[in-house]
Amino acid sequence: MTARGYRFWIGAAIVLSAACVAAAVVKNEYYFYAAYVVIQFVVLATAWNILGGYAGYVNFGSSAFFGVGAYIAVMLIKWLNLPLGLQIIAAAAVGGTLGFGVGLLTLRLRGIFFSIATVAITIILETAVINWRFVGGATGIQILRPPVMEPFESYTKMLFVCMVLLAIIAVAIARHIETSWIGRGLRAIRDNEEAAECTGVPTLKLKLAACAISGALMSAAGAPLAMYQSFVEPASAFNLTYSVSALAMPIIGGTSHWLGPVLGALLLGSVQQIVTVTVSSELNVLVVGVLLVVFVVAAPQGLVGLFTKVKDKVKGN
Amino acid sequence: MATELALELIIENVDAGYGAVRALQGVSLRVANGETAALLGTNGNGKSTLMKCVMGMVRPTRGTIRLDIDGVTHDLSRLSTEEIVNIGVAMVPEGRRLFPRLTVEENLLLGAYRPLARADIAKNIGFCYEAFPLLLERRRQLAGSMSGGQQQMLAIARALMSAPRLLLVDEPSVGLAPILVSQTISKIRELKDRYGLTVLMAEQNFHQAIRIADRGYIIVHGEIVFDGSVGELEQNDLVKNYYLGATA
Repeated sequence: MTARGYRFWIGAAIVLSAACVAAAVVKNEYYFYAAYVVIQFVVLATAWNILGGYAGYVNFGSSAFFGVGAYIAVMLIKWLNLPLGLQIIAAAAVGGTLGFGVGLLTLRLRGIFFSIATVAITIILETAVINWRFVGGATGIQILRPPVMEPFESYTKMLFVCMVLLAIIAVAIARHIETSWIGRGLRAIRDNEEAAECTGVPTLKLKLAACAISGALMSAAGAPLAMYQSFVEPASAFNLTYSVSALAMPIIGGTSHWLGPVLGALLLGSVQQIVTVTVSSELNVLVVGVLLVVFVVAAPQGLVGLFTKVKDKVKGN
Repeated sequence: MATELALELIIENVDAGYGAVRALQGVSLRVANGETAALLGTNGNGKSTLMKCVMGMVRPTRGTIRLDIDGVTHDLSRLSTEEIVNIGVAMVPEGRRLFPRLTVEENLLLGAYRPLARADIAKNIGFCYEAFPLLLERRRQLAGSMSGGQQQMLAIARALMSAPRLLLVDEPSVGLAPILVSQTISKIRELKDRYGLTVLMAEQNFHQAIRIADRGYIIVHGEIVFDGSVGELEQNDLVKNYYLGATA
């Protein structure tokens, strides 16, 4: 492993232990309740960036994968009463398969046509769940949480740590893709797909892999929602704001580096949480919109692009 | 010459097109081991379509495209593009088709995507920088920021990164000043000799192409209307008509 690889894993270990220590020390539950949502967006944004950032295929259907994750968890709780870990793994497996299938159907489309097709998938899946009584239909479903697992004292804290772990896994996967041959191939697809094909990059295989991995991570991010809210209904689980945030966060943070979606999600997610508490929850979407416009105009390469620009200037002088 | 180390591209009776448009009709062509074949024709006669058929990017509706390498026969019309690159065919596409927002070095690395080539990547990138010293100087620069001639050199170098046996070059002269066309053509000759390549080159510029070609094919409206050695080409009435400005 390279020096950078070691540094990444040491950083990941520090983040995870900090999360565990915070869960043990901090008493106010609200912080974990809010942080859970922010970290959940780190996973969603990182997952979106694998296909949308590296390969340039803009996916508008993140909420489809997220909602599927939540409902897989609901199904498994109701049917077999499986524990959280297995819910997440099952959700990832289904999300990956869904991503592969969606990829097979839509990845022959390029640009805006691909994006429109992915919007349709959210609507189709939401309609299917609305009409499925077993998981509660349109009115939603109440979940009875089993007793919280040791050593955690509350559900919110347990789910928070679990989401931090998921985020680390997602970022590690994205980072591995970015620095390997897969990432190089995906960047070639984004830059010039025809050229990538004629230099021998297996374009369809790479796009399918990216779509499946991205889908698996998004569904995994949705799985703990059932336990977090102890209530799931289709309109909120498949809410289009997940799709918009999953796309806006990497663009704000910068799509070329794994750190971009993480920074974007932390920034936008935190601002949204603060606005919800201090102003109103209705203003959330406005915040996303305004930040997106500001960044597209002022820093089209996102926060990461801004940093490298400043760094180059300092070096240059 | 040992028969095991031989390569031959055999295209027989190929028809191909896009939807209702037929771009190629009954095209037959051969490129023998170590030869440079020039596919000559003006715009819209099917040169690029034929190149894409060999690369598996356009599927022929009829006919066969075979590549014999070292005694093994590959049916190119059934293989995917990445498999075709993997058995040792590389293309320099028309209009260069670089990755403009990636660096020169990343462009070169992408040329070596085939698993076999990845093993020799250090060696091959060394060869490329030796053959094109300018690319070494500019390896951190974005490909899109270089001049047309430099981009053409990068496109050729990228194709060589897969250590191909058969090199397809589609219209290397497009968009280049006459002096650069001449340099590019000479470079192709030099690389062919150096790496023992077999070359199929599509070109409009008759005079430049026959400088390095052993054999020429003239394609008009999707059909091969003449094939022969370069000497025969220059004496041919059709060629005189089409390219040398003589009126019949």
